[in-house]
Amino acid sequence: MRGALLLAMLLAGGGAAVGGEEPLRVGSKKFTESVILGDTVKLLLESDGHRVEHKKQLGGSRILFDALESGEIDVYPEYTGTLLRELLADARLATWNDAKVHLRSRGIGVIGPLGFNNTYALGMKEKRAASLGIRMISDLREHAGLKLGFTNEFMQREDGWPGLRTRYDLPHEDARGMDHDMAYRGLGAGEVDVMDCYSTDAEIVHYGLRTLEDDLAYFPSYQAVLLYRVALETEAQGIVALLSQLAGRISADLMRRMNAGVKIERRAELAVAAELLEAATGVRPVEVIVATRAERVWRRTKEHLLMTAIALTAIILLGLLLGVAAAKVRWLAPPILGFVGLIWTVPALGLFYVMMPVVGLYEKAAITALLLYGLLPVVRNTQLGITTIAKPIMESAHVLGLSAWERLRRIELPLAAPSIFAGIKSAVVITVGTATIGAIIGAGGYGQPILTGIRRDDMAIVLEGLLPAMGMALVLLMLTDLVERLIVSPGLRLKADR
Amino acid sequence: MLALHGVTKRFGDTVALDDVSLDVTAGRTTALIGPSGCGKSTVLRLLVGLVRPSDGEVMVGDVLVGRDTERAVRRTVGYVIQEGGLFPHMTARRNVTLAARHAGWTPERIGERLETLVALTSFPGDALDRYPLQLSGGQRQRLALMRGLMLDPDVLLLDEPFAALDPVVRHELQEELRAIFERLGKTVVLVTHDLAEASFLGHEIVLMDAGRIVQRGAFRDFVDAPATPFVTRFVRAQRAPWDAS
Repeated sequence: MRGALLLAMLLAGGGAAVGGEEPLRVGSKKFTESVILGDTVKLLLESDGHRVEHKKQLGGSRILFDALESGEIDVYPEYTGTLLRELLADARLATWNDAKVHLRSRGIGVIGPLGFNNTYALGMKEKRAASLGIRMISDLREHAGLKLGFTNEFMQREDGWPGLRTRYDLPHEDARGMDHDMAYRGLGAGEVDVMDCYSTDAEIVHYGLRTLEDDLAYFPSYQAVLLYRVALETEAQGIVALLSQLAGRISADLMRRMNAGVKIERRAELAVAAELLEAATGVRPVEVIVATRAERVWRRTKEHLLMTAIALTAIILLGLLLGVAAAKVRWLAPPILGFVGLIWTVPALGLFYVMMPVVGLYEKAAITALLLYGLLPVVRNTQLGITTIAKPIMESAHVLGLSAWERLRRIELPLAAPSIFAGIKSAVVITVGTATIGAIIGAGGYGQPILTGIRRDDMAIVLEGLLPAMGMALVLLMLTDLVERLIVSPGLRLKADR
Repeated sequence: MLALHGVTKRFGDTVALDDVSLDVTAGRTTALIGPSGCGKSTVLRLLVGLVRPSDGEVMVGDVLVGRDTERAVRRTVGYVIQEGGLFPHMTARRNVTLAARHAGWTPERIGERLETLVALTSFPGDALDRYPLQLSGGQRQRLALMRGLMLDPDVLLLDEPFAALDPVVRHELQEELRAIFERLGKTVVLVTHDLAEASFLGHEIVLMDAGRIVQRGAFRDFVDAPATPFVTRFVRAQRAPWDAS
């Protein structure tokens, strides 16, 4: 136990030593384009000498927007359509200019549009479109025989196929709903002629698609912009001007190629972002170091171990305290066991969200959640270990004149130790495993490569997080076993042999 | 030396002791006997403050046993319970010396006392560093006795000390125990359900039934002048096999 505390302090100290001036925090959503833009912003800021931390794939729009508003992050890429239709929908703003005024009043500034519009688009094979002479969506009117394959979402959304068909007065009756990837494959095989896509999808490059011009301006605009905290204008002068270099410089074609660089060519986001930055602004990044696998794993290991060690130390200390209280003070048992049991039933994903207003994002939130989850086995096993000590033994302790503290220290805790250690081992496994979820709130750790791997559909990257996480759980279990051998009296192990 | 004055003890609706008064003379061995649930163990537990009377007073020496005095009382009373109540995570040595270490004795004093006790109880010296589960039943009982005697108490209370032993070991230990009691001259209260054991070890026998004292005296009194038909039945139920012939 003392060892774990030492380790936690060491790691915490190590983390703090890096500190100094607070770095700027860039956020990004959990899809590739957002991560590339986040990395691009990071490189741009670094080229001007700022220290930057990129909190990658934090989650969805709402989480990032809230994080920006509460000052957890300083800047992140967003889309105008998302702001008008989702984030600010309640404010009922008519135009983008209204939205900018509204955002300003909430302490949020806007840079951009950056130059591309990532909205719905209809795509056709370049060759097929060329042979039929189709350039715009209106052109489809003349070709009633084309086979349309749309995602189920596009088929059903009011602003999807139903509205599109009405606006353009399209004659096609049998548009079919299908999976996005199936549609791409169908396009290749000639089963599908027209499909829906996003205008900056990497696949548009990969499959050689022509995106049809939305000549009646039916699809809403999803212009990419950067949102930043207005306070930055005074806190860090020149930053807004610096970031404004990106405004209007990223075309849909450029963005598409960058997305393909990551998703199809499987290059690192940071390397692709460096290319994007140079192509868009002419700024050469100071130095782009794409971490090697060993460096990445080592960094994730430190993050994961730091979270786990601090959480486990707190779990053990608080768990023992609550367990002893529940065992010794009869009326405290139901509320304590009820509380830790109730937390256990809250799904981890939901817990992060519920706690966000209180503890925010990042490591602090992750550690708090881990602490809450890990408590149950330690509390319950401590309480159980103490209350199940044979009555004659406790009476002997009383009659020998031991004080309450001495009874606890010399008799109850040593006798409950095997049960307590069983609880600690459960907590170790739970904590190491649950800590991977910390990645969705920017706490890093082994969850980061798992998320990235899932996003990029790359098993090797998923395993980069999965295998070390399993290894860490096993190593910590072995350590716990070792400590147990040192602490638990040999007199109690005899019992197990019998 | 030890006294119960009009003590009643209720556990919920059950009456364990019903207005019991008892005086135990200093320096003598008193055997409390009776069927299961008669209240004999409750008397011992009252004397060390493990339970408190619902009514009446419990005295040890001239101290009234209560919340404030129980820890002081326990230093003058040694208590040996069924199966020993030994601490399985401590070696024999640590089991015996725990109370003395807690009371702040010097290591030299503890060492001397331990030597005396090992000799007194014929506990094998090389077994001192074993754990209770590595000891035989007889050794465990000797160990419990040593632990009860460690602080050299004036009073020794024993609750069914031989219950878990096989007959041969039990017989040996009874002999030794009687010799030890005679040598130490302590006030001893022994709880048992075996009349032969009670008469062998006790100067005086106290027979209890259903929370009351039925009769007290020497073994012969129980045979020659039974106070109630219950006494006769109890004595007859305990007869030795050779009585039948």
